[in-house]
Amino acid sequence: MDNELIVIDNAVVSYREDIALRGVSLKVARGEFIGIIGPNGAGKTTLLTVVNGMGKLLDGKVRVLGHYLTPGNGHSLRKKVGYVPQVQNIDPRMPICVREVVMIGRYGILGLFRRPGKSDYEIVDEALELVGMSELAQRPIGHLSGGELQRVAIARALAQQPELLLLDEPTASLDWKAQSDILELVKMIHNTRFLTTLFVTHDLSCLPVACDRVVLMKKGTIWGEGSPDELLTDINLSRLYDMPVSVVEKRREKALPVN
Amino acid sequence: MDFSIFGYQFMQNAILSAFLGGIACATIGVFVVLMHMPFIGVCMAHAAFAGALLGLWLGFNPLVGAFGVSLLSAAIIGPLADRGELSPETSIGVIFSLMLGLAFLFMGLMPGTKSGALELLWGSILTNTRSDIILLGIVAVVVVSLVFLFFKEIQATIFNRDTALAVGIPAALFLYGILFLTGATITASLRSIGGLLIFSLILNPAAAAYQLTYNMKKMFLLSAAFGVLSGWVGLLFSYFFNLPSGATIVVTSSVIFLIAVVFSPKRKVKGWQSKPLQEEQP
Repeated sequence: MDNELIVIDNAVVSYREDIALRGVSLKVARGEFIGIIGPNGAGKTTLLTVVNGMGKLLDGKVRVLGHYLTPGNGHSLRKKVGYVPQVQNIDPRMPICVREVVMIGRYGILGLFRRPGKSDYEIVDEALELVGMSELAQRPIGHLSGGELQRVAIARALAQQPELLLLDEPTASLDWKAQSDILELVKMIHNTRFLTTLFVTHDLSCLPVACDRVVLMKKGTIWGEGSPDELLTDINLSRLYDMPVSVVEKRREKALPVN
Repeated sequence: MDFSIFGYQFMQNAILSAFLGGIACATIGVFVVLMHMPFIGVCMAHAAFAGALLGLWLGFNPLVGAFGVSLLSAAIIGPLADRGELSPETSIGVIFSLMLGLAFLFMGLMPGTKSGALELLWGSILTNTRSDIILLGIVAVVVVSLVFLFFKEIQATIFNRDTALAVGIPAALFLYGILFLTGATITASLRSIGGLLIFSLILNPAAAAYQLTYNMKKMFLLSAAFGVLSGWVGLLFSYFFNLPSGATIVVTSSVIFLIAVVFSPKRKVKGWQSKPLQEEQP
């Protein structure tokens, strides 16, 4: 079986005038847990949208789960890729409950004209259980806190029963307790479900320690790639974020207790 | 009170029109309310009005003009709403005012009496003919069955278009489908309710239902019920107090909305939240 789940070859993506990705190449093997780090605007989110077929490629080739991406053919791929987007604003009065939101994860796979059956509800309830949200299954989605919303988003991605899990800043705008809970949850899910996981964050303290590999991004290119211990040195990070080494050191000391 | 009026053909037609139009408009309204695009609906209503006047001026079927121009405006608005790159409100505002301008331009260019044009502006449910009812019926059946068939895709698209896209639903297709249905519904209801008033029959029942439930299926049902109720109660008032029917229907729908706001459980969000929290305490 093909062991390379994602092969990105020289991908170029542009939004209007700006080039978001400038010839990025990346290979991800089955089962890897990859952290993608970089300052805001480095192209991290764009890289994820390329992987799940939402990004519009100007140049380059992308193969994910055996699909070669061309414009417009992403729907069948996306059914197999769990995507947890950045925190979204949700209308507090939106008439949808938590369980229904997680069920949306099944909708793509079910396809048109088919209603969710018993097995779908079992998958959904299992996902809710896994993220610890079973108690709140009947709550209106708009009544949840930020951390709870992220759990629901992860449960929705899991309901797709994906092979590949993409997480875009899942810990942004959460308090430190919720951050570390989500990090543990993601790691646990990665291991128990045998997933391949791409975890995007701008915040180093929110990078799971157990990353197999980190990818550093800056200005639309991959700036560095390797094992966390080798790559995440104070000098590298100071260059990545354009900050003096001393500041980086201080920040990392503070951030340590999270992991 | 004298109810013999209900024996007349024109009143039966009006009651049936109110029923079908109420269901179609109120169902569309759920999309408009939940997708936060009320202005798009107003814009399309005026586009339909302008299209109908174009038809009256050039001598082809006004409803064909209404449908064509409202779809054209949907084709312009759709990409704006879909991409969200420009501020959609600004662009829709420009199109909205253009449509209003065109409507009055066509009205000015029209030779002879303007009564046909004014009828499209105010609506005249009491003069609805069999063919009007058939058109309303077709639109109502199509709208309701599409919602029924594609409920889960619609639910996902309404919840969040990016999320729907991410799970493999062609969300853009559903957005355009919704805009298309909005155009068709407005066109079919134009002669009954009128271009100026149609939008309140779309917005008010759904906005009222929105106050009352956290369940999307119930919201569709409540909204349709409120739409039909607005039509029927409005007709009654129109008849007994000798008032213009389009206006009484719209005012009735507004009153229903106000009542729903007063009794809305969503205004007590805190109370709702505190209940499960108390349960969790040891």
